[in-house]
Amino acid sequence: MSTYTPPQWNNKYVSWFDKRLPAITLMHKHLIVYPTPRNINYWWCFGVASAMALVIMLLTGIFLAMYYVADTRLAFDSVERIMRDVNYGWLLRYLHMNGASLFFILVYIHMFRGLYFGSFKAPREVLWWIGVTILFLMIMTAFMGYVLPWGNMSFWGATVITSLATAIPGIGQPLVEWIWGAHSVDQPTLNRFFAWHYLFPIIIAALAFVHMWALHEVKSGNPLGIDIKGPRDTIPFHPYHTVKDLYFLTIVLIFFSYFVFFSPNFFAEADNYVPANPLLTPPHIVPEWYFLPFYAILRAVDSKLGGVLLMLASILVLYIMPYLDRSPVRSGSFRPLFRWAFWIFVADCLFLGWLGAQLAEEPYITLIRIATVIYFAYFFVVLPLLNKYEKPDPLPDSISEPVTSRA
Amino acid sequence: MADADDTIEILGLTYPRRDFLIYGSVGLGAAGVALVAWPFIDSMNPAADQRALATKKVDISAIEEGQAITVMWQGKPVFIRHRTASDIEEAENTPLSQLKDPQTDAERVKPGHEQWLIVVGICTHLGCIPLGQKPGDPKGDFNGWFCPCHGSHYDTSARARKGPAPRNLAVPPYEFLDDQTIQIG
Ligand code: HEM
Ligand code: FES
Repeated sequence: MSTYTPPQWNNKYVSWFDKRLPAITLMHKHLIVYPTPRNINYWWCFGVASAMALVIMLLTGIFLAMYYVADTRLAFDSVERIMRDVNYGWLLRYLHMNGASLFFILVYIHMFRGLYFGSFKAPREVLWWIGVTILFLMIMTAFMGYVLPWGNMSFWGATVITSLATAIPGIGQPLVEWIWGAHSVDQPTLNRFFAWHYLFPIIIAALAFVHMWALHEVKSGNPLGIDIKGPRDTIPFHPYHTVKDLYFLTIVLIFFSYFVFFSPNFFAEADNYVPANPLLTPPHIVPEWYFLPFYAILRAVDSKLGGVLLMLASILVLYIMPYLDRSPVRSGSFRPLFRWAFWIFVADCLFLGWLGAQLAEEPYITLIRIATVIYFAYFFVVLPLLNKYEKPDPLPDSISEPVTSRA
Repeated sequence: MADADDTIEILGLTYPRRDFLIYGSVGLGAAGVALVAWPFIDSMNPAADQRALATKKVDISAIEEGQAITVMWQGKPVFIRHRTASDIEEAENTPLSQLKDPQTDAERVKPGHEQWLIVVGICTHLGCIPLGQKPGDPKGDFNGWFCPCHGSHYDTSARARKGPAPRNLAVPPYEFLDDQTIQIG
């Protein structure tokens, strides 16, 4: 690959500054001339869209925090005050509420993209691990955010999820009281959840930069899954991707605006507009939609510790993806059997999501067990077997070859 | 500066002086970090006012046989049920082999007060409040309590019988001050 030669800055102030802190050269290198594979498609736009969602969450969150009160007696009313009295408070809150859903939609698609096109394979393992870590932090952030309005679903969701820690033998009970800062979910819990809910997104933002750092070291993959072989295979980031990304972000914002303005409670639970009541468990506790597949897996076995371990494993397994799918062909497009397995896996994840919202009774319990077995079988049985027995289709010689030979 | 080839003798063995200094400083540093970390970690535990084992007196004279009330103690709901003769019989006659968390009924009530069952009303699965306190509530397959969250059933001694709950509902510390009053805590 060609090595980068920094430009000479003509403007003398720019040049003076850049000699002392090469920020302008850095942006030039990474946002203007940065080489990207010429064949990447719209599935590669979900990363930048996730970054936009993070910015939306940070901005709306900081403004909400100017009015929100983390006190069990006041929290619910302070959110209602944001909705009714604070100027544009309804907009800030609906952006933040629906922004969480948007963030998860985008990140999940971003990750399925990676699973299909083999983005976790060498040399992108570290990039992938940072991504999985960001998902973990997002899950915790969204969970704690949902507790803040102190509705009845906030309270009971917090109770059920923090109680997962009690499954750990021996230290479970002291651990959960340490998390609560009390003998039950109470004022200290709400207070610290607000502190962490403010802190975690900042850590996520920092990790997003590390994610970009790793990306720019190894460069983007592409739908063919073959390496960049020379300048003929790439185009500069600007103007090609700046324009394409802006176009895509606009479409995402239109989609997002539909929910914010026309169906702002589409993803919400009515029980969370009832103030928290420590004496009344809602008849049917359901988490937000983006947790449903994991919530289903939690209920797959008739053992408390077993359920918790399975649920953790369902996310942790993503870390070892580079060692489970060892096929040297990155892109699913050249793997006829893998493609089938992949789409069955996607359907299974959606099915688990649906099951997670059902009551804990038959036939759902049995269906959850079947879907959970399929989920883990994909990782531990299907992928390793495919690597052994599948015969991939022939790969093109280079990224530019199919284009130039067709012309 | 000390010579890198210097050695030091500890318990009859010789080590390079530099290694000794490096491991020593790192070890001491790690111990220091752990010492400083503890106040931060411990600050998150329940504070002294939360911890103060508040006691609570409850007058139970108005609870009719077959009825139950819920009181709050330490931020937790406590179930007080006035059991019927058949409730008690059912609880006492259940063989221990049928229990997940084997405990006799006698271990869960006070002698002479078998009609009173007093337990913390928090499901041992993931902390929901089981139903069964109010007359119209479902009481589960064992005539005690039913937790709607993930379907745990408790019997008339509040012992876990079916579903994911691993343990019986906890019995809080309490005593009878007289036949009408109990003190929890
Ligand atoms: C990773 C990014 C973030 C995610 C996924 C997230 C998620 C959420 C969720 C799901 C809620 C509950 C919404 C509701 O039911 O009303 C919430 C509430 C809240 N969040 Fe965030 N959040 C993020 C970043 C932030 C940031 C950076 C702040 C700034 C301090 C913040 C401040 C708040 C406040 C004050 C509330 C309570 C008000 C309300 O309920 O609308 N959030 N968050
Ligand atoms: S919390 Fe009671 S069954 Fe899960």
